[in-house]
Parts: sequence; C-alpha cells; structure tokens
Amino acid sequence: MTAVSAHWLDKDRRKLRVEEFSIGDRIYELVTAACALVVPALVVSIAVAIFAAAWPAFAKLGLSIVTSSSWDVAGGSFGAAPALFGTLVSSAVALIIATPLAIGVAIFLSEFSPAWLRQPVGFLVDLLAAIPSVVYGLWGIFVLIPLLREQVMPFPRDTLHLGATPLFRGPAYGPSMLAAGVILAIMALPYISAVSREVLMAVPRSQREAALALGATRWEMIRDAVIPYARSGIIGGIMLGLGRALGETMAVTMVIGNRPEISASLFAPGYTMASLIANEFSEATNDLHLSALMAVGAVLFVITLIVNAIARWLVWSVSRSRAK
Amino acid sequence: MIGLTYLAAILATLPLLLILLHLLRKGATSLSLSFFTHMPRPVGEAGGGMANAIVGTLVLIGIASAIGLPIGIGAGLYLAEKRTTALAYTVRFLSDVLNGLPSIVIGIFAWEFLVRPIGHFSALAGGVALGSMMIPLVTRTTEEMLRVVPTSLREAALALGYQKWRTSISVVLRTALAGIATGALVAVARIAGETAPLLFTAFGNQFWSTGLREPIAALPLQIFTYAISPYDEWHQQAWAGALVLITIVLIISIAARFATRSRFGAPVD
Repeated sequence: MTAVSAHWLDKDRRKLRVEEFSIGDRIYELVTAACALVVPALVVSIAVAIFAAAWPAFAKLGLSIVTSSSWDVAGGSFGAAPALFGTLVSSAVALIIATPLAIGVAIFLSEFSPAWLRQPVGFLVDLLAAIPSVVYGLWGIFVLIPLLREQVMPFPRDTLHLGATPLFRGPAYGPSMLAAGVILAIMALPYISAVSREVLMAVPRSQREAALALGATRWEMIRDAVIPYARSGIIGGIMLGLGRALGETMAVTMVIGNRPEISASLFAPGYTMASLIANEFSEATNDLHLSALMAVGAVLFVITLIVNAIARWLVWSVSRSRAK
Repeated sequence: MIGLTYLAAILATLPLLLILLHLLRKGATSLSLSFFTHMPRPVGEAGGGMANAIVGTLVLIGIASAIGLPIGIGAGLYLAEKRTTALAYTVRFLSDVLNGLPSIVIGIFAWEFLVRPIGHFSALAGGVALGSMMIPLVTRTTEEMLRVVPTSLREAALALGYQKWRTSISVVLRTALAGIATGALVAVARIAGETAPLLFTAFGNQFWSTGLREPIAALPLQIFTYAISPYDEWHQQAWAGALVLITIVLIISIAARFATRSRFGAPVD
C-alpha cells in the first residue's frame, strides 16, 4: 500500500518516510475530511435552500420586497422596507448603547481590574451570552417594558421637554424600537466585550511601557498606545455584536411591538425582518406570501453573512499580524 | 475616565443579576413538582406543567447531539491535524461565519429540506436544525482542545509503532476528551434554549409526543407561546419554564467553566 509518486518525491522529500498509508489511515483521513467538508456543504445548502424558497417572490416582485413599505397579504403586495428599517435601526440603537459599555468593561478587565475581580466580572459578562433569547424576551415583556414605560420614557418627554422632537414623539406604550434596542444591547454586549478584551490583552507590554516611559498617564497610555493597536480587532468585535443583533429573533419579536411602519420615534413600535418571518410564517396563506417571507430571510442571510465575514476577517487580521 | 470603566463594569453585570433575580422571584413561586410531571392545562385552570415540553427538549437535544457531535469532532480532528491545508482554512472561516448566522435562517434551511417536501413538521427537522447549529461550535472547540495536546504524546505513540489513526483516536483524542466533552456541553447549553429555528421545524405540540416524525413540544417554544399569551396563569408557567431552562443552561455553563479552568489553567471560550 505504498502511495509514493514521483511528483511527491520531488515536492517534499520528508514525506517519503511517512507516506506509507495503511488502510486504517486512509479511512481515518477520508472520514475526518468528510466531516470537515460538511461545514462548507452546510453553508452552501443553507444558501441554496433560502434562495430556492425565495425565488418565486424575487421573480414576481423584484426589488420591491426591500423598497416598498406596503405589506398587504390579501392584496398580494409584499414590501418589507419597514422590517428592513427596523432591523437596521434596532441594531444601531443596540450598538450605540452596547459599544461604550462593552469597551469600558474590556478596558476595566484588561487594565484596571483588581486581580480578584477579573475572573468573576469577566465570567458574569460572558454568561450574558448563555441566556436563551426567549428568556430575554420574557424578561423584556414583564420587567424591561414596564420599566421603560414608567421610568425611562417620561424623562426625555416630561423633564427635558423633547416630546416634540421626532426621536421621542408619540405615546409611550412600551413595546417599541427603544425596548428592542435595549434588549439587543444586552445581548450583543458579551460578544463585543469578549473580543475587545482578548485583543486588548494581546497588546504587547512594550507598547504600554513605551507610552508610560514617555510620560503618559495610564489613561493616555490606553487612549494613545493600547486602543490604536487593538483598533481593528475591537471593530471586528463590534461587527460580531452587530451580526448577533441583526439576526436576533425571539427577544425582539417579544418586545418590539410588531407594527410594520417606518417611524423616526424610538417610542413607536416597529418590526424587524427576523420577527416578520417568525410571526407570519405559520400563518402564511399562499405560496407567494411564504416565498416573500423567504425572500426577507434571504436578505437577512446576505446581510449577516457579509457582516460576519468582515468581522472574522478583521479579528483574524489582528491575530495574524501579531503572530508574525 | 478610569472611574468610567468601573461604572461600565457595574452596568454590564447589572442586567444579568436583574434577570436572574426576577427569574428566581417570579419563577420559584409557580414551580412545583407537578410542573415536571404534568401536562399543560387549558386556559383558566391553574396548575399543570410542562412535562411534554421538557421531554421534547431532551429528545431534540438527543437528535441534535447525534448529528452535531460526531461531525463536529471529526471536523475538529481534521482541523487540528491538517492545520494549513486550504480546506482547513476554509472550514475554520466558514465555521465562524456559520456560528454567527441567525438561528432563524438555519430554521428556514431545515424547513426547506425536511418539512416542505414531507408536508408536515417533525421532531427530526427540529433536531437537524439544532444539530446544524452545533456542528460549527463543536468543530472549533474540539480543534482548540486537540491543539493543547503535546506533540510529544503523539510522537511517543507513533514511535511505539501505532498507526496514525490509532494514535489520533486512542492517544490524542483521549487525552483531550475532557476538554472536548466540555465543549460539547457548552454547545448543548447553547442550543437547548434556541427557539427561532424550532418555529418552522419542531413546531411545538400541546400533547404528549415523542415520535420523531411528529411535531414535538420544546421548553423554549412553550415559554414563548405562554409569554405572549394574555393569560396570567400562562405567564406564571412561562416564568417557571424560564427558571427551569436557565437553571439547566447555567449549570452546564458554570460546570464547563470550572472543568476547563482546572484542566488547562485558562478558560476556553
């Protein structure tokens, strides 16, 4: 069972010694390679499944799926612009809240935390990622929404008298873009902070020492020497959190109010692409409706795929440049 | 500015503590033995339980593990041994991308292949969806764990005349087994609470069912249905269900944390 070809012999002499495959080795290699191939196969199958299901809607409705805002099942028009808008806005709100907090925690853990606090705080933040989405939703409905309605929403309206500005206009029912943004912020936080912590910890000591030697304070050292070094990794972490927020389904569906309207107000209910699919799927009445939902899924798939690919590439580029 | 980072740390840990506190307060009052042994009662009747949903979740986890663990471990072995092949880079990258895909998208995938052609929802489709989510998770943790195994162990086995596949399975894999098991547990904890992919696959079931071709109940689905219902009794049940679910997930996460730390010195995500 020797499988040594002249080609291999030229290419790599070392291989000659160990290239005696037994049948067992052959089978073993084939099986593990087959398992590894499942991963790309899965990605391809997911793409094929979604685009096959979405095709009838794309063929019939074209781009109006993402540009039109009229979602009328009986009338046969399926414009998911409000859901696309809601997905983007709720995720943006989430990132605005979560990013400073997550980076703050990461800096705290990598620079200032007393040694005895580092493990427990890091663990508690990581645990946020382990809580099931539906539990966040439950907590959102019964704790967060009443809290927002009674304590938080009156503040800009009554105390700051901003009720007339588009951002805070309208009645505060509770289920709203703001509620979705806050829940998503809590859910995205552990992802952003875990990656940021990792890249901050990986900044070389010499970088810090050089800044301190030049007379920088600890904060100046972090601002001018540590964060610039870790920047693209931190951005990768934020993108990762964004990917989570964009695709999050259950918790958002439970707190956003599910109203397909575009409103500038954070207090108004909204809709997201994922919650649109989750809500209407089991009630889909005809093939076009079902296919339109799948088309919305396809758009979500493409957006999250791109965001995740960029995130991974950024994080990798940092770890690779460090390895050199 | 340094004080602000302390504040960020406090604010970031607050939600977790608040959620756990509310779960304990609201869930514990409606949790009793009958919750685990009884079927759901109709609206208006107090009591009842989620026995079918708890069993359903266990069945779904079983199917998902049967798919996700062998494939994930196999792929992890490949990645650890053929670190620099083009396939290894591709698989590593796509695993990470797959990890980040919305779970509802995975649900659509399972629905298109396993529900639509057959014409009805099934436990099997739900298990496949969850199993697909496990594969990339298990692949990456397995690879990490195998990399920690010293090369000298592998060389020793080869020097004793072991074939490569025997070395990989009975020496390398066995050494890393505790770590791999921990990674598997983390993956199980992650999918145990998944709801979105089950909406179009397992679908949920108000009755007792363990058949793989039938729609099956699941704890997260039941919590969702009860939480968005207008009935107080159901809200109580949802809190109780959430407490059970979070207890399972947290026990696994904490156990995994301590297992990896004691073994390798540093926690592995």
